[in-house]
Amino acid sequence: MVKTGKLKGWLYLLPAILFLGVFMLYPLFDVFIYSFEEGYNFATQSFFGTGIYNYSYVLRDPYFIQALKNTFIIVIITVPLSTLVALFISLGLSSIKPLRELYQTVYFLPYVTNTLAVGLVFMILFKKTAYSDGLVNMLINLFGGESVDFITGPYAAKMFVMCFYTIWVVLPFKILILTSALASVPKVYYSAAQVDGTRPWRIFYKITLPMISPMIFYLVITGFIGAFKAYSDEVALFGTDLNSAGMNTIVGYIYDMLYGNSGGYPSYASAAAIILFVIVLTITLINLMVSKGLGSRS
Amino acid sequence: MAGKIKKFFIYLGLTLWAFIVLFPFYWMILSSVKSYSSYNRDYVPKFFTASPTMQNYADAFSAVPLARYLLNTLFFTVATTLIMLVVITLAAFAFARLDFAGKNTVFALFLALMMIPQELVVITNFVTITNLNLRNTFTGLILPSVTSVFYIYLLKENFEQVGDDLYKASKVDGTSDLRYLMRVLIPICRPTMITIVILKVIECWNSFVWPRLITDKQEYYLVSNGIQQIRENGFGRENIPAMMAAVVIISLPLIILFLVFRDKIMEGVATGGTKG
Repeated sequence: MVKTGKLKGWLYLLPAILFLGVFMLYPLFDVFIYSFEEGYNFATQSFFGTGIYNYSYVLRDPYFIQALKNTFIIVIITVPLSTLVALFISLGLSSIKPLRELYQTVYFLPYVTNTLAVGLVFMILFKKTAYSDGLVNMLINLFGGESVDFITGPYAAKMFVMCFYTIWVVLPFKILILTSALASVPKVYYSAAQVDGTRPWRIFYKITLPMISPMIFYLVITGFIGAFKAYSDEVALFGTDLNSAGMNTIVGYIYDMLYGNSGGYPSYASAAAIILFVIVLTITLINLMVSKGLGSRS
Repeated sequence: MAGKIKKFFIYLGLTLWAFIVLFPFYWMILSSVKSYSSYNRDYVPKFFTASPTMQNYADAFSAVPLARYLLNTLFFTVATTLIMLVVITLAAFAFARLDFAGKNTVFALFLALMMIPQELVVITNFVTITNLNLRNTFTGLILPSVTSVFYIYLLKENFEQVGDDLYKASKVDGTSDLRYLMRVLIPICRPTMITIVILKVIECWNSFVWPRLITDKQEYYLVSNGIQQIRENGFGRENIPAMMAAVVIISLPLIILFLVFRDKIMEGVATGGTKG
């Protein structure tokens, strides 16, 4: 009886352990092994040496440097900006009553839509073709500006669309989290402050902000992690050949090394994946230290 | 008075953002009902059309295998979600209710796995599936995504909230564990399970990276890969109205799902969402 009971527990866990073992745990060790196998050949599954050559190759590859630069720009622009915009929108939302539900519903829509599909619409809005300069350029012309090709044109223009679309995609989640954080601040605090005649800015700075700061940190941390893994949104706007568009990201570089026209190099892909992992881990630890530091000060 | 002006600006700002969110949707629907010739005639795009046409929707289904992509995605989504439900329910039950040596160690290990990013394991999984000759099969598409440590954790917490008394009572009655799980625990924890199902369905419907690595035959494309294919060489590159019709068709199922289960989805994403 006791014995079957013990076995039973493992039996219930078996499917989960099996799947996690094969598709999570084993790959985790394997990716490190791959990354140190030099000259790994996918067809014959042989390699001719071990060492750090894959890492030095990746770090000197101009495509990787470009991907690294693009990813960092996307992270540095979109994470603070989207968090700030989400904060403003959530503050606005929590201060109104009529139509609030409607706005919330609308704001959440991008979360449930296919990023590849909507990306195509963004491309059409921004793209300049022989037939039409596109809607956004029409607006620019209206204000007296020159048409710009945002999809195949100058780097800054492409980066602008990229960041704009990224923010459009990530905002629903941030607005949702911040609105519920704002709703959970006890009303008593506000009433007390009003009785004391505290100014609105001071109320925000002294009550609201400290109360929701854990959630802001949570959003910043998940935002950093998510933005470092940017890939699908880039494909949606610029197509699968991101290297020639000059808009590749680190994750895009990993997949390009693995598969497709430039693929067949799991060793380089593994080295790049581990470099990405180290970057994300470092940034997350810094974030945690900063949030701890700020948290203990107040 | 000052309050009124402030309110006005708040509404103005909120409406502006709502407009930015909705505009791409409006534009995709508008472009999808413009005829090919009228779309290309507009050097300056127009904000409305006098003669809407459904022709593009017919083209979307006849010129590219859009129905195939939709069916594939539906099958992939249903199969992945169902298998995952079985796997995570059994695991969550084991962690929440059964006693066995090593349980806590295994659970700690599971939690540690939660921190591993997909990007790190996808390379080996690609090699594994290729070596098993499972590329361009549904098995290859589905297998790597049928477990989620986070959902096991979520469900385990929920199972544990159900009091011990019911379990003990059912033990006294001689009910088997599996029966107790099916008849008592699952019905009680249905709200959590529905949340998990909805989140998983959204994830499956929009998945792009893994299907792209694993399929290169159109017969196995999911909608995300299909739309990418359409963009790169469907319809002839310039038939944007037909492309937009395909985009509308692909986006519609999840938008309907969202409008029906709005509260459920938003609540679920607030507890378990990661995108962003």
